[in-house]
Amino acid sequence: MLSTLCKSSIRPSIYRTRWEGLSSAAASAAKATQNNAQETSKKPQETKSFAMNLFRGKAVLDQVFPYPLNLDSDRKETLQMIIGPTEKFLQEVNNTDKNDERAEIPREVLNKFAELGAFGALVPPEYEGAGLNNSQMAKLAEIVGAYDLGLGVVMGAHQSIGYKGILLYGSEEQKKKYLPDLASGRKFAAFCLTEPSSGSDANSIRSTAVKSADGSHYVLNGGKIFISNGGFADVFTVFAQTPIKQADGSTKNKVSAFIVERGFGGVTNGPPEKKMGIKGSNTATLNFDNVKIPASNLIGQEGEGFKVAMNILNNGRFGIPAAMTGAMKFCIQKTIEHVTQRTQFGKKLEEFGDVQEKVAMMLARHYATESLVYMLAGNMDSGVMDYQIEAAAAKVFASECAWTVCDDAIQLYGGMGFMRESQLERVLRDLRIFRIFEGANDVMRLFVSLTGMQHAGKHLAQVAKEIKSGGIATLLSELTKRVGGGNLGGSSSELVDPSLKDAAAKLDACMMEFGKTVEKLLIKHKKGIIDRQYELARVANAFINIYAMAVTLSRCTYSHKHKLSSAEHETKIANYFVEIASRDAMSALKVAQNGHDAEQALIGSVAKEVLDNGGLVQKHPIDV
Amino acid sequence: MSLRILVGVKRVVDFAVKVRVKPDKTGVVTDGVQHSMNPFDEIALEEAVKMKEKKLASEVVAFTLGGPKSQETLRNAMAKGADKAIHVEIPEGDVAKVEPLHVAQAIQKVVEKEKFDVVFVGKQAIDDDASQTGPLLAGLLDWPQALYASKVEDGGSGTLKVTREIDGGLDTIKVKLPAVLSADLRLNEPRYATLPNIMKAKKKPLDKIAAKDLGIDLTPQTKILEVAEPPVRKAGGFVADVPELVQKLKEKGFVKG
Repeated sequence: MLSTLCKSSIRPSIYRTRWEGLSSAAASAAKATQNNAQETSKKPQETKSFAMNLFRGKAVLDQVFPYPLNLDSDRKETLQMIIGPTEKFLQEVNNTDKNDERAEIPREVLNKFAELGAFGALVPPEYEGAGLNNSQMAKLAEIVGAYDLGLGVVMGAHQSIGYKGILLYGSEEQKKKYLPDLASGRKFAAFCLTEPSSGSDANSIRSTAVKSADGSHYVLNGGKIFISNGGFADVFTVFAQTPIKQADGSTKNKVSAFIVERGFGGVTNGPPEKKMGIKGSNTATLNFDNVKIPASNLIGQEGEGFKVAMNILNNGRFGIPAAMTGAMKFCIQKTIEHVTQRTQFGKKLEEFGDVQEKVAMMLARHYATESLVYMLAGNMDSGVMDYQIEAAAAKVFASECAWTVCDDAIQLYGGMGFMRESQLERVLRDLRIFRIFEGANDVMRLFVSLTGMQHAGKHLAQVAKEIKSGGIATLLSELTKRVGGGNLGGSSSELVDPSLKDAAAKLDACMMEFGKTVEKLLIKHKKGIIDRQYELARVANAFINIYAMAVTLSRCTYSHKHKLSSAEHETKIANYFVEIASRDAMSALKVAQNGHDAEQALIGSVAKEVLDNGGLVQKHPIDV
Repeated sequence: MSLRILVGVKRVVDFAVKVRVKPDKTGVVTDGVQHSMNPFDEIALEEAVKMKEKKLASEVVAFTLGGPKSQETLRNAMAKGADKAIHVEIPEGDVAKVEPLHVAQAIQKVVEKEKFDVVFVGKQAIDDDASQTGPLLAGLLDWPQALYASKVEDGGSGTLKVTREIDGGLDTIKVKLPAVLSADLRLNEPRYATLPNIMKAKKKPLDKIAAKDLGIDLTPQTKILEVAEPPVRKAGGFVADVPELVQKLKEKGFVKG
């Protein structure tokens, strides 16, 4: 195996060239977030990220154990004071059903919400924000998600992405000028990236911003679509191509980010889109026609726009799992009310095993997602930087869990669940978009696998290089690793509460199998792995399950350490979740390792025949 | 007028929480249970803040006697408009033993130290429903009282005109200041604490005084024998007609004959 590796070592440079061409946001996003590391050193980066290391077959659990949630009493008190009025607002002032029916949230409702500080959660107090940290913000998003996902989207589009660029990359002047109005909700923001020809493949945008001859301003032209808050926002973070002089004198278009005010002139928007869900939120097209942007409104450096966009999305990604947790809690509450009341066949629904299984699965999904939210937020609050795979995994996991939980709730409601009155049909419609926007789940899966594999590949290549150049120590350690059947270098079994030991052993087994699978795939496909989406998707699924298990066990251990009264109950949920998730992860890895060439060939040819035909090929059994 | 108003606020189990009795029947479960400011105290506070906004009052001070966690309630009071707060602190474990007389005595000591024109409290706390703190305090201070206020206005020449909802109508009285007032449900609708005010509240002064430094005796005068859940309502049954109903009532001894 090692000799194969030596002969055809996976060169990072090949990855880079290939990825430039691959029209997939996953690949380019993976590159964007890793850019710095690649350019500054040839030696592969070391990181404490659980994900990055797991792709290398190492169990580095520093960022998973102990559970990182840590709010001091002052932060808890502030949160407590904000939660009360927020819940009252959501119950008494905001009317979710009306927002859905009228496809609009009245401005005065938004203004009231603004008074509670909901639009400037993460902005420091000196810019009139609430100065919350990510963990506090997550709790706020969770509550909003439980009541009104449309309102959650208005909130998220505004602060999680709309003006996040100013918060993360803005100059002091930009922050002073824009943040107070935005944080207090006097003005609203929108994030303008997507274009008609550029969805998941964000690097391919066509809007242009050309610098004037005197250098005082840029002239922006282009159109954006599906912009949340686009119809009423006053401040836009806009991404556009700017021609940039290269060292050799030629010019090349690169993406840059700008702050654009509606008042600059030339900014127009289309009517609100008619949508399936999150109807209360406003979605519109935006047109920029010769908009003059002062040069001082560039965010970061020219050509850094793609990195800015990816990091904004990355940074705000935990907001979705947070809102999903709230939505699941709502569905579970509705389910409890129904199955404990409804009688069929002379029994309460709650007495049927099938119903109990659905309920237990809802609880497991909710528990795992909730654990992920505060894992991510807690890590971000403690200064962890390399969480992009973990955040993407959480986004995929949470949005899919919420969908299934809501769907199960409707199923248990029977016909009543299909009726508007149950409110569950609205939640299901609202939830659908969460698997699509802020990184489509399919693309996020590829992002997870490719980012991890790129990291692992670089390390594999490094190992091969060192052995080639006579690195005996490297050779020996690799041999020991292989002869010994692999060495994770860490084990969750030592870190969990004793009541979770068996579950931790299952997790350890999955982690071991994961590292093996990734290595096998890299050795088998080398750089060609980027086109093996069948395997990549399954590796991502396995990773997502493994991460969710690790996080769930960590949170449950935390509950035991803090002697929470629910700790025993949580152990049961955690054990149940690991039972299911470990089985899923193992089976995904098995399929990925095998590759199932015959099946893949069938997939390819069946799809191709119909797609080439432009319609179904098969004859109808009633041949008339 | 520029009155100084002291508002008594109490930390209680939130009104939306389904209260559960402790297994040993000595009280209700408070661990890990959502707490908030007693709603009637919130109304009293809102009225005091409104009086300040109408320039009737110059300063609103929130007061509580309670455990360390009561600080949260005081911060909340300041976020809703109180200028400062006084916390007479007792150990968290003693909170359940506090009686209205203790609170009245503590307020008396505070009022004797600092000059206040009005002490405003909620008509009752939703946990023990005692409704005694206001009247006891008026007695201790020998001040007039205006309880169950549903409207408070300037009565002119050092008085307040207070409307009270009583059986069959409204009772309007004039009280000479200083006086003790208690707030009824329909006095006003309390505001939300807005974020800027929450942030400002963090910087407002909160004085802590140990109960023993006030020289009050917190020995309980009552003993709780047992706290029990209300009996569960038994399921009813249907009767076919009036004769059967009468028959059943007779069987159960509700109707004689």
